[in-house]
Amino acid sequence: MTELPTNTKRKMGLVIDLDTCVGCHACVISCKGWNTENYGAPLSDQDPYGADPSGTFLNRVHSYEVQPESGPAQLIHFPKSCLHCEDAPCVTVCPTGASYKRVEDGIVLVNESDCIGCGLCAWSCPYGARELDQAEGVMKKCTLCVDRIYNDNLPEEDRVPSCVRTCPAGARHFGDFADPDSNVSKLSAERGGMDLMPEMGTKPVNKYLPPRPKDQIDEQIDILAPLLAPVADEASGFLGWLDKALDKMPGGSR
Amino acid sequence: MNQPVLDTSPKVSDEVRKTTCYMCACRCGINVHMKDGKVAYIEGNRDHPVNKGVLCAKGSAGIMQVNAPSRLRTPLKRVGPRGSGEFEEISWDEALEIAAGWLGPVRKDDPSKLAFFTGRDQSQSFTSFWAQNFGTPNYAAHGGFCSVNMAAAGIYTMGGAFWEFGQPDWEHTKLFMLFGVAEDHDSNPIKMGIGKIKARGARVIGVNPIRSGYNAVADDWVGITPGTDGLFILALVHVLMKAGKIDLDYLSRYTNAPVLVNAAEGPEQGLFLRDSDSKPLVIDRITGKLTPFDQKGVRPDLSATYEKDGVTHRPVFHQMAERYLSDEYAPEAVAERCGISAGKIRAIAAELARVAFDEAFELDKEWTDFRGETHSKMIGRPVSMHSMRGISAHANGFQTCRALHVLQIILGTVEVPGGFRFKPPYPKPVEAHPVPHVGVTANQPLDGPHLGFVRGPEHLALKEDGSPARIDKAFTWENPMSSHGLMHMVISNAHAGDPYKIDTLFMYMANMSWNSSMNTKGVMEMLTDKDENGDYVIPRIIYSDAYSSEMVAYADLILPDTTYLERHDCISLLDRPICEADAAADAIRWPVVEPDRDVRGFQTVLVQLANKLGLPGFTNEDGSAKYTDYADYIVNHERKPGIGPLAGFRGENGDQEGRGAVNPDQMNRYIENGSFYVSHIPDGADYYKPWNSAYQDWAVGMGIYDSPQPYLFQLYVEPMRKFQLAAEGHGERQPPDHLRDQIKTTLDPLPIWYETDQTGNEGYTVNALTQRPMAMYHSWGTQNAWLRQLHGRNPLYVPTKLMHDHGLSDGDWARVSSPHGAITVPVMEMASLNENTVWTWNAIGKRKGAWALSNDAPEATKGFLLNHLIHELLPPKGDGLRWANSDPITGQAAWFDLKVKIEKAEAPSDAQSQPEFAPIKSPVGQGPDALAWKVGK
Repeated sequence: MTELPTNTKRKMGLVIDLDTCVGCHACVISCKGWNTENYGAPLSDQDPYGADPSGTFLNRVHSYEVQPESGPAQLIHFPKSCLHCEDAPCVTVCPTGASYKRVEDGIVLVNESDCIGCGLCAWSCPYGARELDQAEGVMKKCTLCVDRIYNDNLPEEDRVPSCVRTCPAGARHFGDFADPDSNVSKLSAERGGMDLMPEMGTKPVNKYLPPRPKDQIDEQIDILAPLLAPVADEASGFLGWLDKALDKMPGGSR
Repeated sequence: MNQPVLDTSPKVSDEVRKTTCYMCACRCGINVHMKDGKVAYIEGNRDHPVNKGVLCAKGSAGIMQVNAPSRLRTPLKRVGPRGSGEFEEISWDEALEIAAGWLGPVRKDDPSKLAFFTGRDQSQSFTSFWAQNFGTPNYAAHGGFCSVNMAAAGIYTMGGAFWEFGQPDWEHTKLFMLFGVAEDHDSNPIKMGIGKIKARGARVIGVNPIRSGYNAVADDWVGITPGTDGLFILALVHVLMKAGKIDLDYLSRYTNAPVLVNAAEGPEQGLFLRDSDSKPLVIDRITGKLTPFDQKGVRPDLSATYEKDGVTHRPVFHQMAERYLSDEYAPEAVAERCGISAGKIRAIAAELARVAFDEAFELDKEWTDFRGETHSKMIGRPVSMHSMRGISAHANGFQTCRALHVLQIILGTVEVPGGFRFKPPYPKPVEAHPVPHVGVTANQPLDGPHLGFVRGPEHLALKEDGSPARIDKAFTWENPMSSHGLMHMVISNAHAGDPYKIDTLFMYMANMSWNSSMNTKGVMEMLTDKDENGDYVIPRIIYSDAYSSEMVAYADLILPDTTYLERHDCISLLDRPICEADAAADAIRWPVVEPDRDVRGFQTVLVQLANKLGLPGFTNEDGSAKYTDYADYIVNHERKPGIGPLAGFRGENGDQEGRGAVNPDQMNRYIENGSFYVSHIPDGADYYKPWNSAYQDWAVGMGIYDSPQPYLFQLYVEPMRKFQLAAEGHGERQPPDHLRDQIKTTLDPLPIWYETDQTGNEGYTVNALTQRPMAMYHSWGTQNAWLRQLHGRNPLYVPTKLMHDHGLSDGDWARVSSPHGAITVPVMEMASLNENTVWTWNAIGKRKGAWALSNDAPEATKGFLLNHLIHELLPPKGDGLRWANSDPITGQAAWFDLKVKIEKAEAPSDAQSQPEFAPIKSPVGQGPDALAWKVGK
């Protein structure tokens, strides 16, 4: 059993905007590229050119179809990585202490040298956010790019997770949830940021912004209808209207 | 707590090399992090005008491309039969000797016997220069089977289209409407723009039969019936005109709406009234007099007519009112056909009107128009639009694209704040573009550029006997305005010897024996077919590709290209640059790593071939070679004095832009600057560009124009009317009789909608489409170890209703047939889809043996192509003629006109999609069993 810190000074995490995520997978591959080269063992791929390619990814995008009570079906793109929970069951379940939550910023990490690859943490995570690397036999997970966010070798503006830096739609935001004035705290408050599966009691740090209501335009026609009052019913009447309208324009009257 | 101490500041890389991405056609700036001389990590370049630091999945996966096992390694000479994949490795000396040995005699005898077509080529100003100097008229890139309708309709209508031609004013737009965008062109800028405008509460309306990607995040989705976009758009035009929600001031000043149309019967009926200088005439609303449109102080009248010799000549706008106010375009009349309720059409029209007019705003920027009038402000209309292949790849696509531009223009939203903005070198009117050239002389260059914009029948590419001058029959009566050529017809026509036989087919980056052709199986047969003497019907095929694609097996000589990180390139203002609405910009690529194989950049190989052949544009007067390689050409070539492929760092000291002497250090200056160059448009010159004197002067200084080129938007396209006049019997050049009706009907100078040719479609009622996934668009992703884990499978997506109708469940198999063929494929239900449309991801399916994938890879077993269902010709009509499955105006391949029938099928015994093809022998073998990529210690 591994202990969780009672409190962390900061709560670093992500806000993911489901209203703007177009499902392009940029974050998935940028994450793969940074993290295969950096923290810990590389993210391996088995059978990469064969029948059943299967690699380690710390971040994946799933797509779900949703059928609202009325209106057409919708497609929601849902990026998912470790949510760096305050009550992280993956930490308390770890038999070797390899899995831990950092005191200084709340990031949940795996100390690979202590990891025996037993997989208990992956089993305990309700989000399926951990993947056992098949080549290395150690558990891999989102590090929130702990080797980027404080990295003095990077320009300050680049000290964000690679998924945030690369997201073309700007759907991913990084910051400190312990600070109510941070960008992520404010964004989450403004847009109704949600916990993923709050009933699990894991108190995830990452927040999801819900999609805005869709397909409302049909219902606005009553409000919009006056805009479409016809100026004439046919071409000849239209040309009559046109002459009057041109006269009304600045410098229009002959 | 006792926690591990981490090094949170590890060294990131030894060096960052900045170049330009080529994982798709978006051309983002990338930072390539190097460790131990190898590529360690790729991220977006924050300073770059295109992507401003972001990067898509393809871009980040470039590391798996530069290391792909499918990379070709050395030149290859075919030793087995075509299609077998049996090759012998040869040296570059031998390869160039063979190629020159084939091409030299062709050039001496008849240069048109060479058909040189480049696919996803980003160096068209160079490849066309090569082809022109060779002397063949048979050159084009892939535009004809991609989106020529979009490009040509944009240029003919308003001097530019979408993507590299222009972009929404992301800073100010409040309503963004996109049509038929299959997660494609301009990929990162569109994603960035959507994110930006949504963050400030602006709305997005997506018009697409498939609700994925951008359409999934659209606030409102219009799941339109494929091929009816033009009808929907003209219904919007109808409603807006009827309600008077149109920008009359804009229409009168900046468009040809007030231009008078000749009503007198005869050879000029329907052409513009012009003065002796050929300037279109309008009535000035101030004086009531007839005057050229561009005179100082003139206020063109949208309403006034002109009487002469008892004939009333009316302005274009009268004809528009007559046509679009007709009940034919009323929402109720089009709703069922479009699959959109009349109420929804009205609601969208009302929302367009509300945002364009009620949310209009002003920018405090003074500007002076081409008539000399100074305006104290710029009026913003915050409605913007974007569109691409979805509306374009239909046989009515040109008119549909035209209709979309007319919609943008009547709302007054083009080149105004909040609307759609051009990117230099656009706007550029048709008059500033070349016309097609086909003047062939043995041993001489062609008499001018191949491709262009015809102004009338006089510019058709016809021989003296009236037969097509080009192998693809571009610029003929079958498709007079085919500005990008018809790459999809080249193999079929060359095989048929129609219009003539060729000797050598030379292609680059075009997978014609697989996903880039209609009728894939037929194309394979054409490429391998032999004549009565046992010789191949297409005698010689040279192909260049960086990878072991399906096309490799069908060539006689393979010239292996480099990957994009191993080469020089220029993304030039002479071609398709990377400009932004506020700036001109161009870019380069340079070898951030050297190839570890015996491969050469294709453009360098063309230089070497040109030197061997002594092509004029590549040879000095003393017979010596002008250029040693492509990099040499990029820096030292001058198209006109002072104007070369790159606009930045010109002049001996590198301090001139646009125009300036050759700077031998130019390439290094680009590399130091992040591999791009940006020149900002001055404030006040940044909107109203086609009419803004300050912009016009800036563009002349940059070398974009030689003199100011102000022009009117062409709601009415006069060149189209000229073709109609010919079809009506006027003029010397006359179409064949069987094409007269088609020309009269489809080349209407005002946008129309027509049903595409449905010959043979009886019983085939379901629309079938393809799109590319965002993570693979315009890329070679299926072989990419990381990307194929995202999109390694392509079921046929079937809407819920059709699933039920046919008793289908996920994982079942269906037989999908068209008048041309049948495939048997796995299905998956999709609810967010037009209820009479099926679709799949294109080009996921691969042939066994290609791309270094194993034969049991899902791409090669269950993966499939819809191409087997689409023929390059329409079903025979019994007249003995070959009718192309193309737009009758531009020749654009009508991929999305496909109609199919779907039936539940037994799973094939080997659980593989049908038809199956025998494996081809791979020249590169298969990739490794495992990867763990980490180049640093």
